[in-house]
Amino acid sequence: MYQIFFFLFAGAAIGFAVNLLVQRHPIYSALSLIGVMASLASLYLMLGAEFIAAVQVIVYAGAIMVLFVLVIMLLNAGVEERTQRSRLVRQFGAPLIVMLLGILTSVIYRQFPGDAMVRFGDFPGQTSSIGLHLFLDYMLPFEVVSILILVAIIGAVVLAQKET
Amino acid sequence: MIPLSYYLILSAILFGLGVAGFLFKRNIVTIFMSVELMLNAVNLSFVALSYAFRQLDGQIFVFFVMVVAAAEAAVGLAIIIAVFRNRESLNVDEISTMKW
Repeated sequence: MYQIFFFLFAGAAIGFAVNLLVQRHPIYSALSLIGVMASLASLYLMLGAEFIAAVQVIVYAGAIMVLFVLVIMLLNAGVEERTQRSRLVRQFGAPLIVMLLGILTSVIYRQFPGDAMVRFGDFPGQTSSIGLHLFLDYMLPFEVVSILILVAIIGAVVLAQKET
Repeated sequence: MIPLSYYLILSAILFGLGVAGFLFKRNIVTIFMSVELMLNAVNLSFVALSYAFRQLDGQIFVFFVMVVAAAEAAVGLAIIIAVFRNRESLNVDEISTMKW
């Protein structure tokens, strides 16, 4: 049962990610990225990360992608132009990506051979324990990150305003 | 019952697709979306390893990654708007003043 769900959502994630690359209009790419994020949220649920799954849908698929779609509409972005890519990317891009995948796969198989299994409901990552962890052990990073967000808001307003 | 390595390999594949998008796409907004795809792939391996070690620290790190991604999206899109205002183009080949 869970195997079916895993392969369904994993296939959906890969399919949407490939669609992101294939589409030439940025709005279709944005919609594919939302699909990837929704599939990943379901995979997080299967790994017992309920809080992360909810935040993934609310923050990523909700807030961040709305920002992307808004900017695409604001700039009236059209179909991507085909141009001559740089020689370096044309010759070495695809082989190097395949090599990266190969290295990652071999490292993963060396570190986690087939016996490490994922069982549904085995590790309930409760939201309350995440909250306790966050506000007891990770208090300083949390505060630093809130300052980062504040700086980012000010930076975005300054960068996007009209020059006078 | 799914081997943990499947999750990690799915994460690696998504990361590779994100790298491919970053290298091959010409639209600056799509390139930015490929970066988000790479961040998502890394988040998946964080959550999978948090499950493998039975510790919540991985999920808290994903939370921080999401906060940083939100900040990055806000600033990055503001930069894209500023660039578009000056160049009237979203093609990265035409934004090459700082190119080596």
